[in-house]
Formats: sequence, C-alpha cells, structure tokens
Amino acid sequence: MQINGVTIDETFAEAFPMKGTRVIITAQNARWARIAAESMTGFATSVIACGCEAGIERELAPEETPDGRPGFAVLLFAMGGKTLAKQLETRAGQCVLTAPTSALFSGLEGGTKIALGKNLRFFGDGFQTSKKIGAKRYWRVPVMDGEFLCEETTGVAESVGGGNFLILAKSQPQALAACEVAIEAMRKVENVIMPFPGGVVRSGSKVGSKYKALNASTNDAFCPTLKGQTRSQLGYEIESVMEIVIDGLSADDIRAAMKVGIEAACALGSDHGIQRISAGNYGGKLGPFLFPLHEILS
Amino acid sequence: MSTLTLTLRQPCSQRIDVAALLPETLIHQSLESIAATTLPVGNREVAVGELFSLEGDTEALDTLVFQGETGSLDAVGKGLREGTIEVMGDAGSYLGMQMRGGTIRVSGSIDAYGACELKNGFIEIRGNAGDFLGASQIGNLKGMAGGVVLVRGNAGDRVGDHLRRGIILIEGHAGAYLGSRMTAGTIAVQGTVGPYAGYAMGRGTLLLAQAPESILPTFQDCGTHTLGFIPLLLRSLKSYDTVFCDRAETLKRVHRYAGDFSALGKGEILIACV
Repeated sequence: MQINGVTIDETFAEAFPMKGTRVIITAQNARWARIAAESMTGFATSVIACGCEAGIERELAPEETPDGRPGFAVLLFAMGGKTLAKQLETRAGQCVLTAPTSALFSGLEGGTKIALGKNLRFFGDGFQTSKKIGAKRYWRVPVMDGEFLCEETTGVAESVGGGNFLILAKSQPQALAACEVAIEAMRKVENVIMPFPGGVVRSGSKVGSKYKALNASTNDAFCPTLKGQTRSQLGYEIESVMEIVIDGLSADDIRAAMKVGIEAACALGSDHGIQRISAGNYGGKLGPFLFPLHEILS
Repeated sequence: MSTLTLTLRQPCSQRIDVAALLPETLIHQSLESIAATTLPVGNREVAVGELFSLEGDTEALDTLVFQGETGSLDAVGKGLREGTIEVMGDAGSYLGMQMRGGTIRVSGSIDAYGACELKNGFIEIRGNAGDFLGASQIGNLKGMAGGVVLVRGNAGDRVGDHLRRGIILIEGHAGAYLGSRMTAGTIAVQGTVGPYAGYAMGRGTLLLAQAPESILPTFQDCGTHTLGFIPLLLRSLKSYDTVFCDRAETLKRVHRYAGDFSALGKGEILIACV
C-alpha cells in the first residue's frame, strides 16, 4: 500500500490491556489549569518506569466543566486498577491539590470507581467538609488559597495501551516534522493520549534485553546507525525513525487516532522525505490487541 | 402513564390522613376498590368514596391529583417511592414524610413537618411552608436525609431541624431557628431569616442571600471568600427552575461564619456579599 508516495508496511501494531480513567482539572484561568494538568501528567510516559502513562486529552471550555471554569481533561492509564488508583492519588495530591485555584472532578462515569478526593480529603485535618450534589459527593478541603474542591471518586474503564506507528524518513528533521503534523491531528481525537514527550518517542523499544535486569531495550532493528550491524528493518535511504505511541479508552479510539495520524504524516508525502510507515510488532509477546495498518487505512 | 384525580366532596372539619393514597399502591386497583378503602378521619375510619369523587384511570397510574378544600389532608405522599402527587390547593402536616422518591407538587401552602424525614425525591411548595420543614418527627434525632425541597413562598420556624442531608431551598423568608441542630445538608434562603439561625448546628451549610439581623455569638467570623462549590451546587438545581440557579455566580462570594461552637462547630452560615 502507498499513500502519497509513502509505503505503508503490511504489518500491525501490537497493544495491551490497561485500566484507564479521565479527570477534569479546572482553575481560575486556563493557564493555571494547564499548569496543574501538566504537573499531574509529568513523568508519565511509560509504565516501564513511571507507574502510569498520562497526558492531557484536551482543553475544556468553561461550559464543558462541572464548575464553569476553564479546564483540561487528563487521561491516566496503568496496568492494573490498584496501580492506577495509587498513581492517581499521588499525582492528584502532589500536583493538583497543590496548584493554585485548582479543582478536580471525575471525567468518567460508570464502571468501577476509584478514589479521587476520598483520601485526599484527610489533608484537611478534620476541617474538610463534604457536599453531596445529586448522586455525587464532593470534598471541600481548606487550603491556604481558599478551598480545594474535589469529587470523591472517578470511574475506571477497560482501556488499551501501546497502540503505535513508526514514521521512517530520509532525515531527522523530516521525521520530526511528520510527527508534529500527525500529533496535531491526533490531538483532535477524543479518548486518547500520546504520552511521550510532545507525543513522540525516538527511543522505541523491543521486549527484552541482553542484560537480565532490563525487560526492554532499544529497538535495534529500527535504529538507522545500526543498519550494517544488526538485522535491520531499514533501507539504506532511511536516516531517522520516530514512533508515536497511543493509549486510549478503547481499541476503536486507538484505531481512529492511528488512522488520523498516519494520514496526516502521509499528507506530507515522499517529497518531504517520508518514506515508510511501519508499526511496533513484537510477535505476540506484548499484548492481545492487533492493529493492522492496511486494515486501519482501508 | 395515567392520572387519578381525587376531589374532596366537601370541606372536612377533621384531619384526613391520606398516607395510604400513593400512585404505587393504587396502580391497577379498580376505582370501586379504591373508593372502598378507608382512611383515618379524626378518630373514625371513612371510605375514600365518601370523602372524594374519583376520576381517572389506574392501569398505568403514575400521577395522583388531590383537589378541592385540600388543606385538611395530612401525610400526603408519606413514604412515596415513585410517581407524582399534585395537590391543587393547600395541604396539611407531614406532607412527603419519609418519602423515598418521586415528586410532590403543591400549588398552595402546607402546614408543619413538611418533608419530615424525607429520604429522597423532590417536593415543590408554591405557597408557604409551616414550621419544622425537613425536620425529624418529635423525639427523633434524624431529620431529612436526602432529596430536594423547594418553597416558592416563606417557611416557618425550625426549618431543617436535625437535617442530615439534602437541599432545602426557600425563595421567600424563613423563620427562627433555621437549620437548628442540623448535622449536614444545605439550606438556602433568598429572603430574610429569623433569629437564632444555625442554633446548635454541628455540620452543614446555611446559604443566605441576605444578612440576618444578628448572628449567634457561638458562630465565629471566618471572613469573606469565593467558594467554588456554591455555583456547582446551585447549577445542579437547573431542572427545578429556581431563582437560586440563576444566582449561581452572584452567590459564590460569601461571608463565612463557622459554628455552632456550642455543638460540634463544623457547620457554616454563608451570607452572600452583594
């Protein structure tokens, strides 16, 4: 398959099940809501070492948030419900509770519930109060700038992590340019995040390592400097490969994001050095969700 | 869905306990069967058919309408779980007592103990409400524990006595001892309130659009604040078509008094800054 002169490999991305949740962070203005959201989703690129994968899903207008203030929707994913709950509590406590003027709400209804303000309330040292509004309970925790308002729980969804595709280009600047347009397009897709820095990962990994202590190591088959040194998947003209990793609340969301992202990258075409689109395929070692590129783009 | 209308044949000088007349208990019953049911009237038992004329259909009954000189009807909608009761006129005491769901609408006023020990559901009083709205029964320690009560007019004394949860909205004025002994929940008043507001309240919120003449000395001034939960709370009332919803933004800036320190002291009186 070719799109605009770009070859689409007949391969598939391989992903794995995760637990996911969405929270809504609001603040006095969008600037401070963003600061809280960025803090909360910092150091959350990969479950390999970060505990969870998290990112900003999108900015919310005041009319879209529970308290009528500007906000951001944040998605968090972890390998299990307990880990997700722990990561959420830690990140909410250290990054949102502490952020000036912030408030924190559930962004996902139904499913299993995990604590949001349920435990954070104890920061109030007995001065915290709750309000039950409709079917939901909210905690008002007195803090030095006023009150931190936080919903008691948020929902958990059976989610998918590790959807991905690779952009292979003639040069590093061209690979990055294609990633940038892909990410810009993918950010408009709901229910997904691209958790790596700026949405892009240049150090794609394979499962396992020659070193026993490591369970992941560099994806040497796609490292351009190793073309003559390993069983490379790269042609002589490929000088740079970058990966976009996607976590989503469902497999359909991942498919939608992959399609949009690949199409945006291919729109630049071979004239801009984009040679191939491939995907992380680990021969079934990674997980049960398969996303064939040709099927997604057909 | 169908409606059954019960019209009082003549004004009654005795109190009529209509607790047995609920949509959920009358559904599928024939009009003859309903007419033969007896109700306590004073110290007698009188057949529904002698008291009311019945009109309507009970096959898919979800709305019960009382009309006529309805001020003598006590315990309207007591224990209601689902469906709607409409009172076209006034109602007596204990309206909506221990109600667990559904809706009661009263076009006139009600007597004391309306929404007493209410668990859930919505009650709208277009006129005034008597004393002990949303309170506990005499001797009990647990008042209203959920639901929403909206009074378009004024309310009497001791509104929300022993209130545990839920929201009471009074668009007019409220009497003395507003929120006395409440343990949680919210009472909002658009008009003036009488003396001793928040007397012995342990927790909960009194949200007042107008400053009372005085605050009990057992409340402590915590200063002026903008509280985010207020617009969240008031906007959640949108479906009830109340003035409080319209004031979600203006009422969020409040003067906060904590108390009552003669009790637990974790309650608050919030007075709108205007």
